[in-house]
Amino acid sequence: MKWFSALFLLFLLLAPTFGQQDWIRTGTGLGVEKVRLAVPDFKPSNQDPRNADLLKVFNDTLWNDLDNAGIFDMVSKSFMPTDTPANPSDVRFDAWNTAPVNASMLAFGNLGTSGNALTVQGWLYDVKNVTSPQVLGKQYQDAATADAARITAHKFADEIIFRLGGGIPGVAESSIYFVSSRSGHKEIWAMDYDGANQRQLTHLGSISLSPRISPDGSRLAFSSLAKGGWDILMYSLDLNRLVSFPRFGGTNLSPAWSPDGTRLAFSSSRTGDSEIYVTDSSGGNLKRLTAFKGPDVSPVWNRKTGSQISWVSGRTGLPQIYTMEADGTNDQRMTDEGYAVSPSWSPNGQFLVFSWIRHYGPGAPGAQDIYIMDIASKQWVQLTHDGGRNDFPCWSPDGRHIIFQSSRSGGEQIWTMLADGSNQKQLTFTGSNTQPNWSWK
Amino acid sequence: MKQQRLKWITLIFALGAIMMLGACKKKVAPPPPPPPPPPAAPTASLTASPDTIQKGQSTTLTWQTSNATDVSIDGIGAVQAIGSQQVTPADSTTYHLTAKGPGGTQDATARVTVTAPPPPPPPPPSATEEELFARNVKDIYFDYDKYDIRGDQQSALQGDIDFLRQHPNISFTIEGHCDERGSTEYNLALGDNRANSVKSALVQGGVSAGNIKTISYGKEKPLCTESNEQCWQTNRRGHFVYGK
Repeated sequence: MKWFSALFLLFLLLAPTFGQQDWIRTGTGLGVEKVRLAVPDFKPSNQDPRNADLLKVFNDTLWNDLDNAGIFDMVSKSFMPTDTPANPSDVRFDAWNTAPVNASMLAFGNLGTSGNALTVQGWLYDVKNVTSPQVLGKQYQDAATADAARITAHKFADEIIFRLGGGIPGVAESSIYFVSSRSGHKEIWAMDYDGANQRQLTHLGSISLSPRISPDGSRLAFSSLAKGGWDILMYSLDLNRLVSFPRFGGTNLSPAWSPDGTRLAFSSSRTGDSEIYVTDSSGGNLKRLTAFKGPDVSPVWNRKTGSQISWVSGRTGLPQIYTMEADGTNDQRMTDEGYAVSPSWSPNGQFLVFSWIRHYGPGAPGAQDIYIMDIASKQWVQLTHDGGRNDFPCWSPDGRHIIFQSSRSGGEQIWTMLADGSNQKQLTFTGSNTQPNWSWK
Repeated sequence: MKQQRLKWITLIFALGAIMMLGACKKKVAPPPPPPPPPPAAPTASLTASPDTIQKGQSTTLTWQTSNATDVSIDGIGAVQAIGSQQVTPADSTTYHLTAKGPGGTQDATARVTVTAPPPPPPPPPSATEEELFARNVKDIYFDYDKYDIRGDQQSALQGDIDFLRQHPNISFTIEGHCDERGSTEYNLALGDNRANSVKSALVQGGVSAGNIKTISYGKEKPLCTESNEQCWQTNRRGHFVYGK
């Protein structure tokens, strides 16, 4: 009886932790069980001297993408056999499917440069299924450049993630849009999802904030300070320049695309008090959704249905997260205390991620951390605990990652993590970098 | 020859006799006492130097009289027979001196012209107005996360209203600022509420809404960059800027 009580107590103590992890991992597609995956370095397929440099880029990128995916238990390279395969005929199954490697899956292949062309062959083998092992076999051709090697690695990684991650496309080819001050002004920048290829998009010399990429990736809405005040501006990624968008007067902030790309929600104080408005994607048919005194800002659409909007309202004092129908009816308060801002909706529509100073006030510790909340139950989990101010979380298109800004390393920088809070990594290091926004695919 | 010598002797005798006669006569008759003179008429003069002054400046009156027992100047009163005095007339004035004596009365006048001072060279009017604006219009400070104007800011607000009503031609901008805490987007909305809160109070106090532009800087342009309450309070403000 005593033994039973002790066990029961232990169960009570551990249950919330396990329960929490489960609903996040299930809800975000991270999966409770990770697939054990071996990814030996790809090998050269010919004697071209450029192969070594391109292989380094390819192998680093592929490993990083699969390690970042959040659904694999990666086999450490030190456990791998010395004779790694470059072609299917090289695979010795018993070297991979038994201890210490004990892999379920093996990704391998080769890379060769010839003239201006780069050729990559890659396979994914189910090494426990010796009779019919091949899950995937791909051949890629691109230019013989480091950029092409990197992009090819992203493509192959996304194929593997799609096959082994429940049919959800990977994010290795996705982009991040963000604000950087490294040119001396806050401008809109872009980078690959892993922090590579950072590049400046706008050159306005003012203050530009809150970049939001359209679902089809063709346009970027953001807020910028002009002579008359803060306006919503529209940048075309096809034309690489600003395209016209109406000015509404007052302070116009924080644009947000509906998931079908036909509407924009944003905050405007055109009548003297900030409210949430909706227009169509060209800025026509302006319609006000809220009528609360005090700040109303940072709208975001339910990414799955497009039928609800979450936003931040200061109507009761400190800002709180609310939801409403996309026509402005049925507003619901989601957070019950502290200072809660910057909501982002999960791709499956089930969760909100936001920034929260839960215990706000004189003498309170006042850490600003990232939390996710299950909308139906209002149950929440804290994802960051490492100090600093953590703000502007944004879901990845596969729902498994969250990108955010954090001051924990000193200045404001962009960090990424898995949606259960694990695997936190810094992506930017130069200047001040804030307000990351993940592309929709 | 004899006749010519006789002529000479006669002339010398004659001359000698005349000389002797004259000398004897003076000694014999002393001059009579002069008759008493009649009383002399007074004389008077009055000058002003300089005779043209700017308003607020002074000039010196100088006068001289003789044969006068009673000298006076209108507006000054009795004066010495000879003297000078500084005067500062507000307007152009004719000073009138009267000198009276046993021999009669004599007048003298001096005119002092007073001119208006030239206006001081006007500095460019906008600069003056801007300086006055900067000196008189006070920023309005807010509590953390609040945009209502608190009690201790009412006198600053009233001062702002008074000045801006006296200068109805001044256009200006109210910038809403926040401290570094909290989130970028929320602070921009909060700063907007602060700027509009100040604007509403001014308009309610009679300041023309058409002269006012509002803009929010959120926490993008802090005046003070330290992380303490004093610095945060400095940043939580509705800041007035001349022009819009």
